[in-house]
Amino acid sequence: MTATVPATAALALGDDALVLSHRLGEWAGHAPVLEEEVALANIALDLLGQARILLSMAGDEDELAYLREERAFSNLQLVEQPNGDFAHTIARQLYFSTYQQLLYTELAAREGPFAPLAAKAVKEVAYHRDHAEQWTLRLGDGTELSQERMQRACDALWRFTGEMFQPVEGLDVDWADLADRWLRSVTDVLGRATLAVPEGPRSGAWAAGAGRQGLHTEPFGRMLAEMQHLHRSHPGASW
Amino acid sequence: MATAAAHRTARTAEDGAPDTAVDTAAYQSAFDAAVAADERIEPRDWMPDAYRATLVRQIAQHAHSEIIGMQPEANWITRAPSLRRKAILMAKVQDEAGHGLYLYSAAETLGTGRDELLDKLHSGRQKYSSIFNYPTLTWADVGAIGWLVDGAAITNQVPLCRCSYGPYARAMVRICKEESFHQRQGYELLLALSKGTPEQHAMAQDAVNRWWWPSLMMFGPPDDESQHSAQSMEWKIKRHSNDELRQRFVDICVPQAESLDLTLPDPDLRWNEERGQHDFGAIDWTEFWDVLKGNGPCNEQRITQRRRAHDEGAWVREAAAAYAAKHTGTTGGTGETRA
Repeated sequence: MTATVPATAALALGDDALVLSHRLGEWAGHAPVLEEEVALANIALDLLGQARILLSMAGDEDELAYLREERAFSNLQLVEQPNGDFAHTIARQLYFSTYQQLLYTELAAREGPFAPLAAKAVKEVAYHRDHAEQWTLRLGDGTELSQERMQRACDALWRFTGEMFQPVEGLDVDWADLADRWLRSVTDVLGRATLAVPEGPRSGAWAAGAGRQGLHTEPFGRMLAEMQHLHRSHPGASW
Repeated sequence: MATAAAHRTARTAEDGAPDTAVDTAAYQSAFDAAVAADERIEPRDWMPDAYRATLVRQIAQHAHSEIIGMQPEANWITRAPSLRRKAILMAKVQDEAGHGLYLYSAAETLGTGRDELLDKLHSGRQKYSSIFNYPTLTWADVGAIGWLVDGAAITNQVPLCRCSYGPYARAMVRICKEESFHQRQGYELLLALSKGTPEQHAMAQDAVNRWWWPSLMMFGPPDDESQHSAQSMEWKIKRHSNDELRQRFVDICVPQAESLDLTLPDPDLRWNEERGQHDFGAIDWTEFWDVLKGNGPCNEQRITQRRRAHDEGAWVREAAAAYAAKHTGTTGGTGETRA
């Protein structure tokens, strides 16, 4: 890559992938069925691969992952949300993978430093979105209990979805159009899953773009403490 | 494939079960002939009940070990010290879940079901490898597990690729390829630590000290105390005795430890010129039997986590089954199979 890589954008997208990958990694050994052990780990690995490429565009991947403090991370608050129950994880996946698919499709279609990454990632992301959609349908239109849990998860994460469409410096994208298409796509899936589109704002005053500015929610610091502890305990070591 | 004779004999009766003692004797001799000729027994072939039961026990225990074995390694996914190592570890844990799936499928060809096997694991009626009852206390343990535990597993499992039961043998071919890869990664992880800072080297040595003896125990009790060995070897489920495989493993590890610049924690370990093999110290069989009986450091924790994942996932499996029933008109089984 040339010096024209917009570091802010590479970090924003890279941090999203890194943090969500970490959250999905927490599922290992805890999934509701063995097939999901494989699927969740698979998605986590795809995201980690994307994160490594994106962070490397902005600098040294390990320095960026392990030596920044939380105020320097620019991931969306959505992806740092704790896993919760399986429904929360699926709702988070549905919201984020839909966003990622739309965004990467745009980035893949135009010239620019992100086109090659986006072209590769969009195939992975299509699978992630399909996985999230299939489970949204099964949980929404499954049992009374699963529907209630899925609805609760969709509602709880709804307020974090607005920040996805705050413009990211260095990404030439029609964000308002992306937001419209995202809402249409998610509305369609929720409808087919017999779930209600959550009411209420998609971004509060604090949440709107806050993650991109390094303003995070409380669980994030604890997540980073765990992620970075070993690396920070051995300054300068190679692994 | 079993011999043509065995096929003819075994498949004459469509219901599969011989009616008379005469038939049973004929089936038995066709089976014996197929095993003697090193041919594969396949799911629809007649087989002795005890052969079937032994295979179910062994394959299920193997599958359970893959699933429980995810836990000690997954313990370090969120703390892996570089993104490259984290990716490798995630891929490995994912492979283990995949191995569990192959093996449950192989067990199912013998007329049992995954749900039933998981029930037996959760209730303690079926076992998993004792090695996974030891804790992963440092990052170097991930390397020691790869090098020693996967190394021991491969030594045990490569001969299973020639096991007389076809579905198990074929599963092992796929599994062994991935396991060898994991083992090399573990070795490489330890090498990086060993060549790193003094603190990293010490971490690697400490891990090897803790995992060496439990790895030797993975080959099972000594030959004179192994209750299933003789029969399993006769059936060609097993090809080598526990002690033979253990010796082979020690002989492989000694030079590897040297090139890792790490020592093996056994003062009695030395080359025996006469035997052309290494002599090594006595294994603490009291510890082995104790861990096997459920009193290892992590037995309780491992099974509790597995049960919890299963119990807390019940509503998800029920949802998948309910959805399948509504949309495909089937009952969707137990929801274990996702559309």
